[in-house]
Amino acid sequence: MKTTLQPDENGFYGEFGGAFVPEMLYPNVLELQKNYLQIIATEDFQNEFKLLLKDYVGRPTPLYFSKNLSEQFQAQIYLKREDLNHTGAHKINNAIGQVLLAKRLNKKRIIAETGAGQHGVATATACALLGLDCTIYMGEIDIERQKPNVERMRLLGAKIQPATSGSKTLKDATNEAIRAWINDPVGTHYIIGSVVGPHPYPDLVAQFQSVISEEIKIQLKEKTGDENPDYVVACLGGGSNAIGAFYHFIDNGKTQLIAVEAGGLGVHSGKTAATIALGKKGIIHGSKTYLIQTDDGQIVEPHSISAGLDYPGIGPIHSYLHDTKKAEVVSITDDEAMQAAYDLSRNEGIIPAIESAHALAYLHKMKLKTTDVVVVNLSGRGDKDLATLQNYRNDEQ
Amino acid sequence: MNNRIQSLFETKKENILSLYFTAGFPNLNDTLTILKHLDESDVDMIEIGFPYSDPLADGPVIQESSGQAIENGMTLNLLFEQLQSLRSITQKPIILMGYLNVVLQFGEAAFIEKCAQVGVDGIIIPDMPLHYYLSNFKELCEVNQVSNVLLITPETSEERIKQLDSYSSGFIYLVSSNSITGSTNAITFQTEYYKRIQNMKLQNPHLIGFGVHNKKTFETVCEFGSGAIIGSAFITHLNENGVSKESISRFVNLIKL
Repeated sequence: MKTTLQPDENGFYGEFGGAFVPEMLYPNVLELQKNYLQIIATEDFQNEFKLLLKDYVGRPTPLYFSKNLSEQFQAQIYLKREDLNHTGAHKINNAIGQVLLAKRLNKKRIIAETGAGQHGVATATACALLGLDCTIYMGEIDIERQKPNVERMRLLGAKIQPATSGSKTLKDATNEAIRAWINDPVGTHYIIGSVVGPHPYPDLVAQFQSVISEEIKIQLKEKTGDENPDYVVACLGGGSNAIGAFYHFIDNGKTQLIAVEAGGLGVHSGKTAATIALGKKGIIHGSKTYLIQTDDGQIVEPHSISAGLDYPGIGPIHSYLHDTKKAEVVSITDDEAMQAAYDLSRNEGIIPAIESAHALAYLHKMKLKTTDVVVVNLSGRGDKDLATLQNYRNDEQ
Repeated sequence: MNNRIQSLFETKKENILSLYFTAGFPNLNDTLTILKHLDESDVDMIEIGFPYSDPLADGPVIQESSGQAIENGMTLNLLFEQLQSLRSITQKPIILMGYLNVVLQFGEAAFIEKCAQVGVDGIIIPDMPLHYYLSNFKELCEVNQVSNVLLITPETSEERIKQLDSYSSGFIYLVSSNSITGSTNAITFQTEYYKRIQNMKLQNPHLIGFGVHNKKTFETVCEFGSGAIIGSAFITHLNENGVSKESISRFVNLIKL
């Protein structure tokens, strides 16, 4: 399918992206750059990928017209049910795609980073299915916070490698996974979990996640007669679910794309992950993008109640979409997101991931007409967040 | 280009010792003290690391020293302030080493101009891609007589080595194994690779680094190049023994005597 999102030969989207990696990583990145487009374009790859997405992951996920939300917000509200995927979120789309790619590159071992554990679980799942060794890098602090997902990954046969450097969270798990990749460029493939990292990762992950908007188009056409909605709303951490939901609507002349960042305790509270609101251009994990940093260029540890949005940068494609006004980036606080999570649970019978609740919460801030068709990407389910959902409400009372 | 790095390699062809330390570590104002004592020692060249929160090419020792330096308040601005008296302290070649994000926030032109102004001879920015150097830094470096030192690894292809050699100035930094700084596992097993590079007759001399940590590993790699770079082992030594003249000369003597 034609897309307006191809990076240039050095992996740049406008001024963003690229591959700012030390020479030790150059061969690893080059091997991927040289081969990824050709491999994923083969019929053999596409057939296997699509079959697994259908029969194993459970795609297409439903596009659900929510009568309750539509009445509440006086518009036509649809939920794209990525929460119904196997393993509970959109992350599995990318994990399956990359493991299939790794096999075709004759890799024997997979490494990945994870924050909340969703990408780790998805990667461990794909490795179990397709028979590759799997090591997941996870911050020591996150291992404590996300015990159920750590146990899931172990059950799936993955080895958990605690990241003990720096702030001992997602960004450090990413650093350590990249360092481990340096040590074994020949046998190991690194599966990055979001549209971040050096070229070609942003493009690779965006392509694997683009199935989300591909399905929305078909489903919306069936339901409304028009494949293009007025709005697509998605939460934005690194940005993989958002790019998946936006991909086929970019530059269509109709659809407004809204990416919702985690405002944490408030954009100016010092406890936030709202990169666009605060960020300056710089380099993180091998790509040029907006990131939260000090004046001296040190990366600042972000805050969000949702571990999946707790990342100090955003994917370079999102920086590009923002700067070129092809998408709008907004933010929602912890409180607003939690309220949206409780509301959807009570009113709709769906417990959303706290990440996805950020997108839902933004409905309150939109000026909608009754005829407006709005698709909210419900990127994941809230099972992993039960403790947070419970503790937060107890604190409130 | 003619600076102190070039002069060093013209006059000395073997057993060159270059030591790396992180600015602002162990204490914020140790930079000049360390430089002074290194100047009094038998070290040939000095690399000063400006800290970054997420140093991808570095192992735990340099990451921790960088983290501590940031916590102590080290910034690139402050480092340049400290280095105003650099050339009254030492005439040895000085290289600044750090990551591109910190340089971008400081300003690309401002960074190179400041290097030249305080008397820094060269830079190593491990995560700066070659195309980015060519488009954004090459001219600045040449105008200001600042050498840009590029890295090669055991996995770097012959064609790329030649390319990197043609754009490196001063010397080539031969990374000993496919690894991060401070890993000491494979350094002596890479002789095939060292020989291969020796036989390529590059236009730049080369130093070998990553994992060199004592007299034995220093002497081993010196057989295959003009000398070696030691970072993590020196930082560990400073952390354990302090920055006194006695401590620093003891470390240098352990390697060189």
